[in-house]
Amino acid sequence: MSYQGKKSIPHITSDRLLIKGGRIINDDHSFYADIYLEDGLIKQIGENLIVPGGVKTIEANGRMVIPGGIDVNTYLQKPYQGMTAVDDFYQGTKAALAGGTTMIIDHVFPEPGSSLLTSFEKWHEAADTKSCCDYSLHVDITSWYDGIREELEILVQDKGVNSFQVYMAYKDLYQMSDSQLYEAFTFLKSLGAVILVHAENGDLIAQEQKRILEMGITGPEGHALSRPEELEAEAVFRAITIASRINCPVYITKVMSKSAADIIALARKKGPLVFGEPITASLGTDGTHYWSKNWAKAAAFVTSPPLSPDPTTPDHLNSLLACGDLQVTGSGHCPYSTAQKAIGKDNFTMIPEGVNGIEERMTVVWDKAVATGKMDESQFVAVTSTNAAKIFNLYPRKGRIAVGSDADVVIWDPDKVKTITAKSHKSAIEYNIFEGMECHGAPLVVISQGKIVFEDGNLHVNKGMGRFIPRKPFPEYLYQRIKIRNKVGGLQGVSRGMYDGPVYEIPATPKYATPAPSTKSSPAKNQPPPIRNLHQSNFSLSGAQIDDNNPRRTGHRIVAPPGGRSNITSLG
Amino acid sequence: ILSPGDRLLIKGGKIVNDDQSFYADIYVEDGLIKQIGENLIVPGGVKTIDAYSQLVVPGGIDVHTRLRVPVLGMSSADGFYHGTRAALAGGTTMIIDHVCPDAGTSLLAAYEQWRGAADSQACCDYSLHIDIPRWHESLKEELEALVKDKGVNSFLVFMAYKDKLQCSDAQMYEIFCILRDLGAIAQVHAENGDIIDEEQKRLLELGVTGPEGHVLSRPEEVEAEAVYRAITIAKQANCPLYVTKIMSRGAADILAQAKRKGTVVYGEPITASLGADGSHYWSKNWAKAAAFVTSPPISPDPTTPDHLTSLLSCGDLQVAGSAHCTFTTAQKAVGKDNFTLIPEGTNGIEERMAIIWEKCVVSGKMDENDFVAVTSTNAAKIFNCYPRKGRVAVGADADLVLWNPKATKIISAKTHNLNVEYNIFEGTECHGVPTVVISQGKVVVEDGNLCVTQGSGRFIPRKTFPDFVYKRIKARNRLAEVHGVPRGLYDGPVHDVLTSAKAVAPAPASRIAPCTGKAQAPPVRNLHQSGFSLSGRPGGPLKGGGCGRQGSCFVSQACVSGRAKPGNRNVVFAQ
Repeated sequence: MSYQGKKSIPHITSDRLLIKGGRIINDDHSFYADIYLEDGLIKQIGENLIVPGGVKTIEANGRMVIPGGIDVNTYLQKPYQGMTAVDDFYQGTKAALAGGTTMIIDHVFPEPGSSLLTSFEKWHEAADTKSCCDYSLHVDITSWYDGIREELEILVQDKGVNSFQVYMAYKDLYQMSDSQLYEAFTFLKSLGAVILVHAENGDLIAQEQKRILEMGITGPEGHALSRPEELEAEAVFRAITIASRINCPVYITKVMSKSAADIIALARKKGPLVFGEPITASLGTDGTHYWSKNWAKAAAFVTSPPLSPDPTTPDHLNSLLACGDLQVTGSGHCPYSTAQKAIGKDNFTMIPEGVNGIEERMTVVWDKAVATGKMDESQFVAVTSTNAAKIFNLYPRKGRIAVGSDADVVIWDPDKVKTITAKSHKSAIEYNIFEGMECHGAPLVVISQGKIVFEDGNLHVNKGMGRFIPRKPFPEYLYQRIKIRNKVGGLQGVSRGMYDGPVYEIPATPKYATPAPSTKSSPAKNQPPPIRNLHQSNFSLSGAQIDDNNPRRTGHRIVAPPGGRSNITSLG
Repeated sequence: ILSPGDRLLIKGGKIVNDDQSFYADIYVEDGLIKQIGENLIVPGGVKTIDAYSQLVVPGGIDVHTRLRVPVLGMSSADGFYHGTRAALAGGTTMIIDHVCPDAGTSLLAAYEQWRGAADSQACCDYSLHIDIPRWHESLKEELEALVKDKGVNSFLVFMAYKDKLQCSDAQMYEIFCILRDLGAIAQVHAENGDIIDEEQKRLLELGVTGPEGHVLSRPEEVEAEAVYRAITIAKQANCPLYVTKIMSRGAADILAQAKRKGTVVYGEPITASLGADGSHYWSKNWAKAAAFVTSPPISPDPTTPDHLTSLLSCGDLQVAGSAHCTFTTAQKAVGKDNFTLIPEGTNGIEERMAIIWEKCVVSGKMDENDFVAVTSTNAAKIFNCYPRKGRVAVGADADLVLWNPKATKIISAKTHNLNVEYNIFEGTECHGVPTVVISQGKVVVEDGNLCVTQGSGRFIPRKTFPDFVYKRIKARNRLAEVHGVPRGLYDGPVHDVLTSAKAVAPAPASRIAPCTGKAQAPPVRNLHQSGFSLSGRPGGPLKGGGCGRQGSCFVSQACVSGRAKPGNRNVVFAQ
């Protein structure tokens, strides 16, 4: 954290603010109180606060005061074919602040061949010099190479990274096999990290892309056609299966379809620790635009997994977000200009992937979920900020209005109506995928690190004022349960006397006897030889079942007692 | 094969088909059912069987047996002779066995090996599925040959057995597309081999070496996951899918859900999953525990058989097999120090009909017609040997069973017709047994006595495109065509891509195999009618008021028409 020291000092100190007459909303309850901010922290909360003279006062007039939003998924420096997305850390975080988001967690995306550590440093430096709001970093694992374990350890122990993303899509590029996923999950769990998964079945996508290009479909609709939502749901199911074998938490980034969300909701009911992150795009719009006659517009929607062409998707995802089946909202913000997108004008697989959403996130969630009555303000705070802070171990420094927390605060006006349009957005792209959407609810004042950065529609930001927020491993919100489950879930063998009956002799040349389970697993390492007890052999060749009186067996005796078999149609 | 003098009259029985039951006599001649009705006129001197108060059902079809599986150079304890003998004793008059080719053997050669063995040994009619291990492109011709000339219409792929039999997702997609075009049934052994492999390593490292390790390393989620994935792939390929060996609740539920969404998918529970209990893996008796080893394992959840029989009764699962593949205790003991070496397979060929009757009919979950459907008719329909098999009707093969619902039998290794020491259903009391079994018009079981002829079983070839399965697939093929959007060529600016693409690794250019313009016609540039417009004109399926702005320069900030009008935002929680 060498970068941190040099900058936490200058502009923030002696910034004092008093927010009067607001209604403070946390994820658990709301109440009326004043807030006094100093040195970038919340110093006092209450009524009739005693504050130094000459403090700048903001009259909230009963409006809501909420913790600043945390956008858990941004790609502000994603490289693609030598170019990067048009919104860099400066442009992107400016847009974030304008929308009420005061912290982002950006994805470090190492290009294959470069190490995780180098890439991390690259992102760290770029963000330190450009970012206008606090930030933290996820690191994407784009290949699983020798020596990666040491780097992951360093990142977790010394660099303040506690979340890593793996890919199930992008065959022959970033995709990991199930075995690799198992290995990666096991290792990341031992580090206490949060495992993020980009869930799509890359094998099938590659096949479908080939087929669709062969049919002569080259436009953006091919993107959606080659990535049907079943492939997303399948990968989500598989990721959860692997994670539940290892007993590790798993976090699905970019939940874009109803079926993927349903799989997560179902799995949570069965116990695995799964979290799902819909993004602004999947909550606010749908994939019918891929069929737009305007190529540039259709291409603006290209992201993976794609937006679902099913127009009922946003409503469904908002409902699941409201009931807690999905927990966090990100934006997946990674916009490319039309000229950049046009690299794929003759082949949809070349279109750089990514949509906007960093600025619109809070507003879209408010409009779709709170203004419709699906969730209340506290839940809104939970899904836009608090849950993210808990999962990624930033809580209560971020995600809560409480004494001692960072002074990242938003005064929210639920009645403000705003029409999203590319004409007025802060992003550098030409198309806004939410163009024309009329949204209820918008930030009035945004305070980041105790400073007013957005007021009356005007931004007051300094490039590079954002600080890197390191995150510790083993977030309690996830790992408390994991630790207990580790203890109770231990596996034990049965202690038996050694089998001493006859053993079939295997022919010496099993060369062509293929399905040889001998290689099924690597030979055990510390496999204690079972003790041979010559006096107590249980083995018998007669059909008599020696352990017939074993309680285990009789307990599950197969024949049901007469009259005891009543649940004929119970399929549950 | 048969002496033409084989004539039988079955009198006074209640004929049970999958759709209805009725009382009638049956006259059998030359291995076929010649007449059904009352007061039949038959030649003199015909042997008459009194079927009074018994049911006459179509002989069972066991869709899944492995009577010749080579494991580590050993062959299973029950070969075609003993296996089919046991089948007949249990009321099953036809089996479909799996051909599992060795490494280095072609599918066709393996098929011939199996044909040779079965033709000389089988006592009942049989047919063959072919397993496809180690997929490669050149197998396509073999598949075609098998389908066209050899009477095989079903093939199995493995999702488990990493580095040996396992297929990748891409391979499965490829195989499914080929099978769909051939009109065959894709069968799948569904377990995630990658996870199993890791779990096996972990368990052996923990020092768990007994049969309980087998079930611990193959938890049922791993089965359910693979079923889900197989269904996804089959749906993408629009290929009918048949999941063999449904062993757990999770897998069965996934399959049932997929059916509700319209996927053409069939599930086959086996005798062991319907009637046995996986808690025996923890038996202190190693030999007994090992007898239960099969993959996917029998679920340790004792409510599983009840759940699976319910799904079988309501039609969510359709067919019951046995997956009969037995090894003696000495053979199983090859894995006495390492559960991964225990040869896999359980018995069930003889017990199948009785177990289903006991668990489903005696308990009131299904009626006698459903019983016929799941033990015989559905299998005949799916695998295209209906109505020759699977139905009591004039012209059908004379494979018949007289079923006595009042008789009782206790399953025991002491009395079974198998070559193994343990019976995994030991002690199960079954109310309902076959009293007379007729195969190819000949009485082969009567009063508990078997009277079979080695090699009398015939190979039953099966044609492709079974109607029961493919009618829907064909209709969907026609509907599934996708079309691109006709657009004018994009003629705006294009970002220059760095040519030194070396350092720029994540080049999605290689994301797909280069399909350099196979059928990929370059879009025709029509200068007169460019659909591309720089004004923000909304188009496509997006309806609604456009707000096209004329004359904006290229940086066209198109309006997405306002979709969320305040008026239509009143649907709260409508899921």
